[in-house]
Order: sequence, then C-alpha cells, then structure tokens
Amino acid sequence: MDLVYDPKYEAFREEVRAFLTKHKDQAPRGLGAAGRPSPDACSWQQLLIQHGYAARTIPNDYGGYGAKPDILESRIIAEEFSTARVPSALQNQGISMLVPTLLELGTEEQKKKWVKPTLRGEVVWCQGYSEPGSGSDLASLQTKATEDGDDFVINGQKIWTSTAHEADMIFCLVRTEPDKPKHEGISYLIFSMKTPGIEVRPLTTMTGHAEFNEVFFTDVRVPKTQIVGQRGQGWFVANATLKYERGMLGDPAAMETRFQALVDLMREETVDGQRAIDNPIFRDRLVRLQAELAAMKFNGLRLLTSASRGEDPGLARLIVKLQSCELTHQISALAIDVMGEFGVLYDDSPYLRSHGSWQWGYMFQLGLIIGGGTAQIQKNIISERGLGMPREPKLAK
Amino acid sequence: MEFALSEEQRMLQDSVRRFLEQNAPLDKVRLAAGDTHTVQRSLWAGASELGIPGMLIPEDFGGMGLGFLDAAIVYEMIGRHVAPLPILGTAVMAPLALMLAGSEAQQEKWLPKIAAGEIVAGVAVTEKIGIREDAGVKARKGTLTGKSLFVIDWAEADLYIVADSDHGLHLVLPDAKGLSRRALNTIDKTRSVGELVFDQVAAEPLPRSSADAVARMIDAGRVMLAADTLGAGQMMIEKAVAYAGERKQFGRVIGSFQAVKHLCAEMAAALEPSRSLVWYAAHALDEVPGDARLMACHAKSHLSEVGRFVARTATEVHGGMGFTDLLGLHYWFKRIGLDRQLLGGPELVRLEAARLQGWAA
Repeated sequence: MDLVYDPKYEAFREEVRAFLTKHKDQAPRGLGAAGRPSPDACSWQQLLIQHGYAARTIPNDYGGYGAKPDILESRIIAEEFSTARVPSALQNQGISMLVPTLLELGTEEQKKKWVKPTLRGEVVWCQGYSEPGSGSDLASLQTKATEDGDDFVINGQKIWTSTAHEADMIFCLVRTEPDKPKHEGISYLIFSMKTPGIEVRPLTTMTGHAEFNEVFFTDVRVPKTQIVGQRGQGWFVANATLKYERGMLGDPAAMETRFQALVDLMREETVDGQRAIDNPIFRDRLVRLQAELAAMKFNGLRLLTSASRGEDPGLARLIVKLQSCELTHQISALAIDVMGEFGVLYDDSPYLRSHGSWQWGYMFQLGLIIGGGTAQIQKNIISERGLGMPREPKLAK
Repeated sequence: MEFALSEEQRMLQDSVRRFLEQNAPLDKVRLAAGDTHTVQRSLWAGASELGIPGMLIPEDFGGMGLGFLDAAIVYEMIGRHVAPLPILGTAVMAPLALMLAGSEAQQEKWLPKIAAGEIVAGVAVTEKIGIREDAGVKARKGTLTGKSLFVIDWAEADLYIVADSDHGLHLVLPDAKGLSRRALNTIDKTRSVGELVFDQVAAEPLPRSSADAVARMIDAGRVMLAADTLGAGQMMIEKAVAYAGERKQFGRVIGSFQAVKHLCAEMAAALEPSRSLVWYAAHALDEVPGDARLMACHAKSHLSEVGRFVARTATEVHGGMGFTDLLGLHYWFKRIGLDRQLLGGPELVRLEAARLQGWAA
C-alpha cells in the first residue's frame, strides 16, 4: 500500500497543471455530455488532443496523441481537470465505443475514415443496439438486414438511442442470418443517419425530457462494405468492446461532487429554523452515505492498481455498476427528502432549488440503474462470473 | 501509487489462514464455546508462535513491529475462522495503550510478556464511548472507584488497562484488592467480555495518558472489529454459495434460482468494496493521521451495516439449516453481532463521524 505517486508522475501532474493554468480560459462553458459539441467544445477537444489530454493513447496515424497507455497518467489528467473544474476530453459513444471497436476490428480504410473526425468531435455517432423486444436479451434482436446486390436493406426498430436526433452516423446491430442461432446471425454495420428510410422520434421519459429516441428503419439501403468485422460476427464485435463502455469502472469523483453538493444543501435547507444537517436522522443518513462513498472510492483505487498491473480484479470490478448507480440514486434521494415539499417541485416552479437538478437526477438515475445492464442482470453477472454460481438453465434459442 | 496488499502481506495472511484452518476448525470453536479455558490456551500458544500477540509491538520489545494494515489482514483471518482468541485487547488495544501512554519501565515490563503470548490483557474503555446504567470509573489518589462494562478480553486477563472518566489510563491487576469481576455472557461464545467493579482499587497510572491516546486505542480497535466482520462476512458468503451449490429442491440446486443467486450477489456487492475501506482505514492509522479517525468511524459503522445484512442473508440462503446449531453458521452470525455493538454501534459511531466534520455539536 503506497498512496504516493512516483516522482515521474508528480512531474507529469505539474505539466497538466501548467497546461490548465495557461489554457483554461479557452475552455467552453457548459459542455454537454452527449449530443453535438459546440464549435467551442470542438476547438477545445482539438487543443486537448494536441497536448495529449484527449485521445491520449490513440495512434497518431488515426488522429490521436499516440502516447503509451498508462492508467496512472490518465487518472492524473482526470484528477487535475476535475480539481480545476475545467471540462475534460469529450465523452460520447462514438469515442468510447466505436473508436476502440474500429481500432480493434475495423479495416484500415474504416479506421482512416472515421476515427480522426470522431475524436475531434466533428462526427457524432449513436448506438443502435436495444430494441423494444430485446433489452436484457439483446442477442434476440430482430432488426433485419436482407442482402440485395451490393447492399443490405434494413427494416426494423431501435430504442433508447441517445443523441440519434443529432447524430451523423450510427453503429448498429442487425440480423443478417435469420436461420442461424441468435448469437451467430448478427452483423455490426455503420451508416449515415441521413440515409433515406430512417425516422427518429424523440422518446420522452419520466423526467419530462426526451433524453432518448426511437429509430425506425424502412428499407434503409447500406453498402455491404460498411460492415465491421465478419458477417454474422456482430455479436462478438460488439462484445469485444463492451469493456470500453463508459461507466464500467464507475466515477467516484462525480459521486463525490454530488455528495458535496448534498452537504451544502443540508447546510442551507431549514425546517422550523433548524438546518437539515442538524437533524439527527438526516445527518445519520448523510454519514452513512459518506461511508459507502468512501468504500467505492477506495474500491476504485484498488481497480486502478489492478489495471496498471494487468490483473483481473474480479468481484471488485463486477460490483461497480450495481453499487455506483444505487449509491448515486441514494444521494439524490436524501437531497429530495431534505427538501421535503420543495423536493417535489419541478419545471420552473417558485422555490425550486438548483434548477430542479436533484429531482431530475433522482428520476434519471433510476434509468441508469435499469440501462446498460439492469440491476438484475448485474446480479446474474456477479453471482455467475464473480461467485461461480450456476447459470440459468437455457430455454430460448 | 499502489492500492493493494504487498507480497509479504499476502504471505502473512496466508500463513495465518493456514494456521487457523488447521487449528481452529468448527469443532474446536464449539469446544471453546463450551469451555473457554483449555482450548483457547492451546490455540493461543500456536498463535503466539506465529507472533500474533506481538504483531504491533516493536521488535525491541520482542514483537513483530508490523503496521495496522498487517494487523487488520491478520484480524480478517481471525474473523473468518471465528477464532476464540483474546486478540482485540491483548494484541491491539493494550499494547497501543502502553506504547502511547506508558513509561519506559511499564513498556519494558509488559510489552515483551504480551509479545511472547505469556499474558492476556483486558481493556476497559466502553465508557469513553457511551455510559450505560451507572458505569464509569473515577481515579483518586492512585485508586479507582466505579465500574466498567463490556471489558474486552475480560476472562483470564493477567492485566487490565482501564480508562477513567478523565482521559487517564491505568494498569490494574486482576487480583487487586477491592476489584470484583462478573462475566457478561453474550450471544458470541468465541470471545469474553465482562464487568469490572472497582472499590478503591490500587492502580498504576500510565504517565503519558491523554484523550488522544485513548481515542487512538479506540480507532485501532474499531478498524480491527471492522476487519473481523469483513473476514466473518466473507466466510458466510462462501458458505452460502457452497451450500446453494449442493442443496437441491424442485430438481435443481437452489443456487441456480435467481432468487437465491441474487441474494448472494447482493452480499458480495455490499462486502467487496468494504474490503478496500478496511484496508484504507488501517493504512491511515499509520500513514494518514488526518484521515485516521474519520475512516476508523466509517470502517466500523459501514462494516456493521454490511455485516448485519450478510449475516442474516447468508443464514436465509441456508434455509432451515442455517437456523440450526448443527451447521454452526450461527457462530459467524453472533460474531458479527458482537462486533457491531463493541466500541460503539453504528449510529453512535456515525454521530462521532459527524462531529469530526463539524456537522454536529
């Protein structure tokens, strides 16, 4: 156990700090996490790539910075940007999922064409995986791609497609081999969202906002060359890069920020003139969450060390999605309870606190518990892969 | 930057695990629960050969001079095997009291004896955390009067370290005139706690006593209890998973039912991150003084909550068998139950954590 960084890393930290001091005024304000980045955000991203604070380990040839992978350097960058409250590198599904997929399994032409503009924020992607009938059982997906000359013709529907209304391109799982077993009949296609036959409808959620979309395909014609990997291997192409999915390692820093906001809220809100933090029941819940947060933070450090040694941390990693989503939700839940009636105000109501962000968060975070592998699927994974318990008897083919 | 156990630490933990697997199997634990005296002595002798009583004592005094993280991972194994050993007082809190507050002469007299496993040392500090009934010890002119409850490693102690109501620490011998002792039988038969009643009992003060010394003893004790629960909880999960893989109902092993699998997943999901919290809290006792007290509180209270959840859930996974004496799972359940209350239950400890951060008066 040694929580001190080696001098070479401290020197690196100084470099990051110097960069931030010099350039932070150029950073865009209010960088959206998803959707199309503003021109300011794109310039900022390009500056970050040039200095190695975005696309750090992507080869030069494909528009990255070309550094050797070093997880501690990545963490130092994240820490310093977070401390300075400066927007860090763009994060979207194109960068976190498509780029690693192409680098691992794409053709040279695909890499050359798509990686660089994606990294620079110039091409925005959406992910076409889930369907109305295929959520947890994703491999049962039914969107069909039928061969016609040099093209596939796609018919079907996708759902939960965030940023589809703004995306230039989609990476999409479709069924090309209807007669094969479900995992072996899928292909991974990339195509333009401007292709004729695509209709995007916003999907309004319980928050009142349309954070997602439905995407309908009617006779959408895509050249066969736009397949990534082999035909019929799409399931394995998608899975090869699921490990890159954002949030798989959790984000203790983001939870810490929410927790601090909760502490501030509890110092401000009063009932009968008593601050929430002076109410023993609210306070006890707060400290209980703080201990859970500490456990997740140190679990994160443990994962970091495992990753830097190339070891599989096993259970310590498998539990992260389940526990982080739940903890984040509980932090919001306490904030709502502390506010009482104010905690259920919404829209632009008088007395609304923090623009209603706790209320929105409490609802949206329930979506995160369900999305990206439901809590119940996570528990299957933990028990089967982490504890070696028997799998469900297979019924469906 | 390395958040992990070292190779030496893994070896240390393995050697303690192997020792306890061989020397403290469940049938021995059962015997100890019926008769603390004889079985504990042979196990204690073996633990002493391994150096466990002196793990935190400097080498100059015959100990191993290990750190708190080393002690915590040893303690995890002790909890894992519900080992009937008087470790918390003897190997952790009493040596710490002597090192922090004792004179050189006191250290020279007692530390080597503790390190060699020659004596057991009880610790009476409960009233520093919360006073129940009319407990509390007053020091006056070299004597102690009053009473202390839930004295750790109470039985067979050759020496007690007693905290008075004014941050003083004292050495008291068990045969001192005016001292009466009563066992307090708890649900957990693997460790002893008891009551000490003082009627003008001659006591030898530790001259460098301070509020800080007492607090640091309690911090260390809390981290070790958290580690004990971690080990016991881990074992309960392993037992639940193994049982669910053997027991058949409706023609299937019950571990293939999601209702049962998900209980096991929930236990693992709760316990696994708390391992890192225990490691850090123990590390902080030595290396990060500014964090040590808060993290000791977090480790103690969090493991108390996780421990309770694991203890009841693992029992449920075992169905009716989990509820019987035959299977012996209840030794772990009860161990975790006592860990939770000793040195402050989670609500009291969280109030302390709030005070440390200026969140409570």
